[in-house]
Amino acid sequence: MTHDHDHGEGHGDVHETSAGASNRVKALVADLERAGMMTEAELDAVIETFLVHAQPANGARAIARAWLDDGFRARLLADGNAALAEIGIDLTHWSPVTLRVVANEPARHNVIVCTLCSCYPLALLGPSPTWYKSAAYRSRVVRDPRSVLAEFGTTVDADVEIVVWDSTAEVRYLVLPQRPSGTEGAPEAELAALVTRNGMIGTALV
Amino acid sequence: MFAIGDRVRTKVMNPSGHTRLPAYLRGRPGVVVWDLGPLPFADARAAGDVAASQRAFTVRFANPDVWGTDADPHGSVCADLYASYLEPE
Repeated sequence: MTHDHDHGEGHGDVHETSAGASNRVKALVADLERAGMMTEAELDAVIETFLVHAQPANGARAIARAWLDDGFRARLLADGNAALAEIGIDLTHWSPVTLRVVANEPARHNVIVCTLCSCYPLALLGPSPTWYKSAAYRSRVVRDPRSVLAEFGTTVDADVEIVVWDSTAEVRYLVLPQRPSGTEGAPEAELAALVTRNGMIGTALV
Repeated sequence: MFAIGDRVRTKVMNPSGHTRLPAYLRGRPGVVVWDLGPLPFADARAAGDVAASQRAFTVRFANPDVWGTDADPHGSVCADLYASYLEPE
């Protein structure tokens, strides 16, 4: 069951009710079982593995390590998949993706989006927020990122360039925020606690 | 093939099937900023060629080249595009 009106929260084309989506998934799973392509138990195992591993603490740990270790930072920016493997984060358990990490700098701010649907670095950030999937965010942040960030309460000065990264199923992006001042000498766990999900999407500063 | 720093222009195309070239980036000039190597080629896979792959590049487009003079000039959009979408500029 779908309905076409907007909910007034900018959900736009994310208009399917959860009951509608749920019924469709059940029908699809039943068909796949009948066709002998998979069992519900196999599906449960995949989802369980996914939920255990996919969480924003993964992304935060990678960011904190990059702040502390210039060599790791350089490797993270050059080959995200390989650098994450070094710290025990496997990006391939869900589906093979290329991870690209883009670094905020004093004169450059980065923000990620998927204009086509909702591609997102799930393994590093957990399930995506509803607004990330909304038509409003997807259509506006590419065209007018500075205003959209301001609506998140994030002021990016006019002289700071904003780069928007339009993700795909094959290539996911993670923003490496700038290390906050006053954190000299802080251990990795303490730094990781400062890193927010929105900071790694680019809709917030850290 | 393309290299980082090359100026390219996206094709103007409207295929009947799936494509990963966003409508807002068709016919636009940009610069190659990253070589992604071969990736699963979504357009062909959606049409049934489930093993298709193609080399892809991250291309950076300056805001005015995408949105015109109304755009914030101090910014850009980057997208990951298959080689067959691109022509040398």
